[in-house]
Amino acid sequence: MRNKWMRPPLYPQSDARKLLRHLLDRDSFTEFLDPRRGIINPNLVALDVPVEFDDGVVVGEGALGGKGVYCAAQQGGFIGGAVGEVHGAKVTGLLERAREKKPAAVLLLIDSGGVRLHEANAGLIAISEMIRALLDLRAAGIACLALVGGKEGAFGGMGVLARCCDHVIMNEHGRMGMSGPKVIQNVMGVEEFDASDRAMIWRTYGGKHRYLIGEADRFVEDSIAGFRRAALSLMNEPRPLTLESLRGEHRALAARHGRFGACRDSVEIWRALGIGRPEEVQGMETEEFLRLPRA
Amino acid sequence: MDAHETLACLFPGGHRCAVGGGVITGCAAAGGAGVSVIGTADHAAVDIPMSLRLSAHVLDTIDTRPGMPLVMLVDCAGQVLSREAEMLGINGYFAHLLECLHLARQRGHHLVSVVYGEAISGAFLSFGLMGDQIYGLSSAEVRVMKLSAMAVITKIPEERLERLSRSAPVFAPGIENFQRLGGIDELWPEDELAERLVRALAVADRTDRRRELGEARGGRALARSVADMVRLDTPTRHIPSAHPT
Repeated sequence: MRNKWMRPPLYPQSDARKLLRHLLDRDSFTEFLDPRRGIINPNLVALDVPVEFDDGVVVGEGALGGKGVYCAAQQGGFIGGAVGEVHGAKVTGLLERAREKKPAAVLLLIDSGGVRLHEANAGLIAISEMIRALLDLRAAGIACLALVGGKEGAFGGMGVLARCCDHVIMNEHGRMGMSGPKVIQNVMGVEEFDASDRAMIWRTYGGKHRYLIGEADRFVEDSIAGFRRAALSLMNEPRPLTLESLRGEHRALAARHGRFGACRDSVEIWRALGIGRPEEVQGMETEEFLRLPRA
Repeated sequence: MDAHETLACLFPGGHRCAVGGGVITGCAAAGGAGVSVIGTADHAAVDIPMSLRLSAHVLDTIDTRPGMPLVMLVDCAGQVLSREAEMLGINGYFAHLLECLHLARQRGHHLVSVVYGEAISGAFLSFGLMGDQIYGLSSAEVRVMKLSAMAVITKIPEERLERLSRSAPVFAPGIENFQRLGGIDELWPEDELAERLVRALAVADRTDRRRELGEARGGRALARSVADMVRLDTPTRHIPSAHPT
């Protein structure tokens, strides 16, 4: 008998440790530098901001389909999953460890608005260090997957980092971009972006749009099982960075800008992609959505 | 200093760099050896076309000038704030630029960044911060966010932030703060740019030393040690136990 207590947890509603528990093989996850070690972020203490012993990110190792993987999962519930000194150093340490130990893949469960403003300078440098370590890890042939399905999305430097992975997996709730709607509204005005327009936010940053234009490689349902299946199918498919592959990516990105640069709204892009009734994309069931043409 | 003045000081023997539309691309000679140059100019708000021009020049350098050092000149006011750029996935264009720079490093190109104007937030992250070494003019301005804006968002009074920032480099604008954190290797006097660049191009180290620098300079107390702890941790499974109180 199924009831609401037995329903598998939805991705956007789960905290980092719960996500990892359900995403990975049963009982396989072990955390590195777990909260019992009690690292306290002095930069937050100095500002009287409450701290968490994990500084908003869980890192460790587990198994996926019986193969060893490394994982980092951001806690969107702690200062928006934002990256500070300790948070960033944990992820960088994990990526460097992965380069030495060579797990089958690395999963980054991103849920972050980017740099943590309380320690903005340290956070920006930390994201740069994470990106360098990530690209060095990819050079070792280990597939790095970004999973973007939480409430905070992947913004700022974390939006860039997500796209530095081999593959990006998103659900409908996931959002990915550089500058969030509030930042754009605050600086450029409400005419540029009305941050209260949820449908506009969704059409601009949301998983379906990202999948259709080729920014996300897989679109999955909201269940953790959906992310697990996608990760299983991509974990053996590293995307090597070569002059040829980057020339190809360059042509694709330039073509996207050339083809859609004049579009004012995502719906226009979807129509240009050959989607017959683009206004119906939002409400479309996953199965039907996945049959749509994409860039 | 603007882009033209900076180029003239860095390359007194002349250069073949074009400055236009907020972007610098070209080549020059430093200490008798050729370098490829990319950069931004005029406090550019970096947009998708600029990002593509920078990536294209990096790929062309890898393709046609194997191993030639890449000098990155930074003067950017951040990424362009635009709904349409977001719609097209500007973060993906920045990631592509980073991947191109990564490939250049892998192929033996030395990446040397010089911050000569402003270096702000996401656009700085997308190229200048990718350098093997990152230098700055003492007149340059580096920041993520002004204290006034930070005060609004964090709800911490600006006076308090101001006071704390005198001793803590982690959040307040300023190139000296980035230097203490290890994000800037060295500040260059404006009348020594050419000599300093030649010296910088002779540095052989390609390791990311920013955490070590930040620790040694008292800017980031934990970044180096926490990363090492994660790298070397031998965890035990969590078994609940009674803690002595």
